[in-house]
Amino acid sequence: MKESIQAYLESHFSNFLLPGRDINTNLPYFCIKPEGIVPVAKALKEHHEFQFQYLNDLTAVDWLGKLEPRFEIVYLLRSPKNKHFRIQLRTPVEEGESVPSLVEVFVGANWPEREVFDLFGIPFANHPRMERILMPDNFIGHPLRKDYPLEGPGQDYLIENLLTIHTNEDISQ
Amino acid sequence: MVMYEKTAEYFGQKYKDLPEGHLLVNLGPSHPATHGILQNVIQIDGERVVEAESVIGYVHRCFEKLGERYDYNQFLVCTDRMNYVSTPLNNIGWILTVEKMMQIDVPARVTYVRMIISELSRLMDHIICNGVMGVDLGAFSGFLHLFHHRENIYQILEKLTGARLTTTFCRVGGMERDIYPDFQKEIKIITKGIKPALDEFEELLIRNKIFNERTAGIGGISAEDAIAYGFSGPNLRAAGVPWDVRKDTPYMLYDKVDFDVPVGEDGSALHRTLVRMEEMRQCIRIIEQLIDGIPEGPYHADLPHSFLPPKDKVYNNMEELIYHFKIIMHGIKVPPGEYYHATEAANGELGFYVVSEGEKTPWRVHVRRPCFWYYQAFPQMVKGGLLADTIATMSSLNVIAGELDC
Repeated sequence: MKESIQAYLESHFSNFLLPGRDINTNLPYFCIKPEGIVPVAKALKEHHEFQFQYLNDLTAVDWLGKLEPRFEIVYLLRSPKNKHFRIQLRTPVEEGESVPSLVEVFVGANWPEREVFDLFGIPFANHPRMERILMPDNFIGHPLRKDYPLEGPGQDYLIENLLTIHTNEDISQ
Repeated sequence: MVMYEKTAEYFGQKYKDLPEGHLLVNLGPSHPATHGILQNVIQIDGERVVEAESVIGYVHRCFEKLGERYDYNQFLVCTDRMNYVSTPLNNIGWILTVEKMMQIDVPARVTYVRMIISELSRLMDHIICNGVMGVDLGAFSGFLHLFHHRENIYQILEKLTGARLTTTFCRVGGMERDIYPDFQKEIKIITKGIKPALDEFEELLIRNKIFNERTAGIGGISAEDAIAYGFSGPNLRAAGVPWDVRKDTPYMLYDKVDFDVPVGEDGSALHRTLVRMEEMRQCIRIIEQLIDGIPEGPYHADLPHSFLPPKDKVYNNMEELIYHFKIIMHGIKVPPGEYYHATEAANGELGFYVVSEGEKTPWRVHVRRPCFWYYQAFPQMVKGGLLADTIATMSSLNVIAGELDC
């Protein structure tokens, strides 16, 4: 299965394919350039043999100090037709760059992409609503970045801000 | 309406020109029908829902960040607080991931007990979901009727792990302690008692005309939409898609036991309830196949480097004392690499994605939690329905705030 997907991607999307790293993992993975993620995911979804219809997971890894570029978006696709075979698409992103949103291919990518934006600060282009989802709106920084401190006093100013949250009776006016 | 400024601004912009007669209703964050801290802003025209939107994040504790701080056994405590209705399922999902990364084979006795506890937890979770569903629609007796049996399961967990809610069940390489002598006998009593109770519950609640009319065809989602939104578990199966991680990519001994995967048709609240109802019976079926066959043997694998030795040996033997110290101070050694492992939790596919750099703590932990994926379809599911139906839809989806926000 992995070989046939590799051959397919090499023949059709060789301009988007990046050389693979040596990772000890249980999933076959393919490194894709950010601009190629939407066409590749779409092609794998609509391919008559592979049929990766299900976006299983979407997250990011911060490789600060270990790898360049710093971030990697990790997509997990599942093919129900082929005994629920899972593959990983990995997209390297540099700090400050954005990645095309996958919402047009998989609607379910909406919230996970917002979560990645919220916790890593990686924006997704063409996303219907690229805003924080889990952290408060007035939160400063992105907690899952490796340079966000693991311990310390925390954001004291936040508690004061929390006391002055919006309390309009009717926000429509 | 209590809201953060930017969120309020967003909603203010969105609903700036509210048509005449339309009303903005705020369900949550602390609303009896939401069973947890989550919020829905719903625009209604009379009784009809025109637009809905969810605001989540009120219970966010950033366990993924804590996972980079805690070692592999310590993170187990965080998994307790994800889906707090069926904690052992989360514990087992995490422990299996770490064991797969370390390539540990646990004794058969451990796998049997883990499977039995998994299915008991699933039973517990579905009892809550279906029972509370009745409560939300105004039927209290069914809930109380089954809750008595749920309490019995809790007592087993209490004897087995010492805690009721935050069980912290299992350790890497086995279990914290062996099962107690009457374990099998007590579980047999429970499964025997719960079977007629389930039938009575079905007669009492699900065959009730009012309940049927309140839930049939309500909050439905088509199979294509459910797949596109990343649904999994009972909510996906209610839409007619027979996917179950236990069948598709079996783990533990799920390929060795017989059970059926119940499937619904239209993905409505009624079908979700029915699928959960049938799954409870399948849980009992799996437990009955396993309970008599628990093999004798040790309750953990022979792993002095990663499994904490028993306390009496730590206090009396030099070697065990050293191992105890090494494990506590340096943690367990997980080889560098990545792993994604999925288990079927009560709400669907619970996946753990772990990146290890060979250190004491993981480099990155990510939890693929089923609630987070399917709850984003909620606005679409309630649009066009009645306001009262949103309550039925939300209850039948079994949204657990702890799992949603993680």
